[in-house]
Amino acid sequence: MMLTSRPEHLHHEPQPALPREVIMVSEHSDAAGDMSALALKILVAGGFGVGKTTLVGAVSEIRPLRTEELLSEAGQLVDDTDGVDQKVTTTVAMDFGRITIRSGLSLYLFGTPGQDRFWFLWDELSQGALGAVVLADTRRLEDCFPAVDYFEHRRIPFVVAVNCFAGARAYGAHDVSRALDLDRGTPVVLCDARDRDSGKEVLIRLVEYAGRMHTARLLDSVS
Amino acid sequence: MTENPTDGPREQGIQWYDGEAGPLVRPYAMTGGRTQPGPTGVRFDLIALVTLAPAAPAVDDDTALGPEHRALIDLCRTETQSVAELAADADLPVGVVRVLLGDLFELGCVTISRPVPPAQLPDERILREVIEGLRAL
Repeated sequence: MMLTSRPEHLHHEPQPALPREVIMVSEHSDAAGDMSALALKILVAGGFGVGKTTLVGAVSEIRPLRTEELLSEAGQLVDDTDGVDQKVTTTVAMDFGRITIRSGLSLYLFGTPGQDRFWFLWDELSQGALGAVVLADTRRLEDCFPAVDYFEHRRIPFVVAVNCFAGARAYGAHDVSRALDLDRGTPVVLCDARDRDSGKEVLIRLVEYAGRMHTARLLDSVS
Repeated sequence: MTENPTDGPREQGIQWYDGEAGPLVRPYAMTGGRTQPGPTGVRFDLIALVTLAPAAPAVDDDTALGPEHRALIDLCRTETQSVAELAADADLPVGVVRVLLGDLFELGCVTISRPVPPAQLPDERILREVIEGLRAL
């Protein structure tokens, strides 16, 4: 059985305009704030049921919390609610966890909504994110295409973590990388989302990669 | 009520959430119908950290604050919290918590950290610290 390849035409969709709020935040980002504590954000994306919440739960020091974002005006633009009262709101749940590195430095993990139509929520989530983990299941690799496209366009560092479900045929990291047509250097890690050590390894690979990407961009900008 | 709710919902907060308004309004009733935080218009990031201001004015007899405001203050009292954690612990939608935090911020009750600017990843030293911290878990 062949892995589903990511179609070429998906690679270069037009980038939607940033929501107004996001622009406002960036304008204010140099405002004086409390600099004593630093929080970093890592996104966990992938298709429905691929194990995002499981991964967050495996590495988080707190039980994964759920928060809900109410989508009203923005939601109406994308929600296909033909014949449904315009006032109906959509609730999008996000799961998140926390890892305290030391006092004043913590890592927050957010499981992003599975539906790619909620891209505007991703924009807000990805604002200032250190990087992303794209969880993939080789039995339905196509489910992670939107996430791969998204982070490639936004130039957000990401690693692909293949959740090795029992009974799923094992593919090598290279096969997955080729099927996803990943840029050279984008790490592919085989993992077990239920296992804490495995999840830690995925995060370490991501932070290392984010550091390399950052250094490369700094060098680019001075040459 | 035939008034258009977009005509100054802030001034007419009470009239805004009548029966006609439907499910859109209900969660925002505790914000007086406001869906955007205060005049500064800054949207707090999910990982913006909220700290109780050391010089916070006494809020016990401030009638401008509702029970949800007080609940948020209580949650911040124990430790610095992210916006996402506050929303989960207070069992309120993030959008509502942002508005309430905007109020508390303007009253000088809390300080709220800005997220790391997007183009500016934390420096290498911090990334190394994160990697070592993860290994040590």
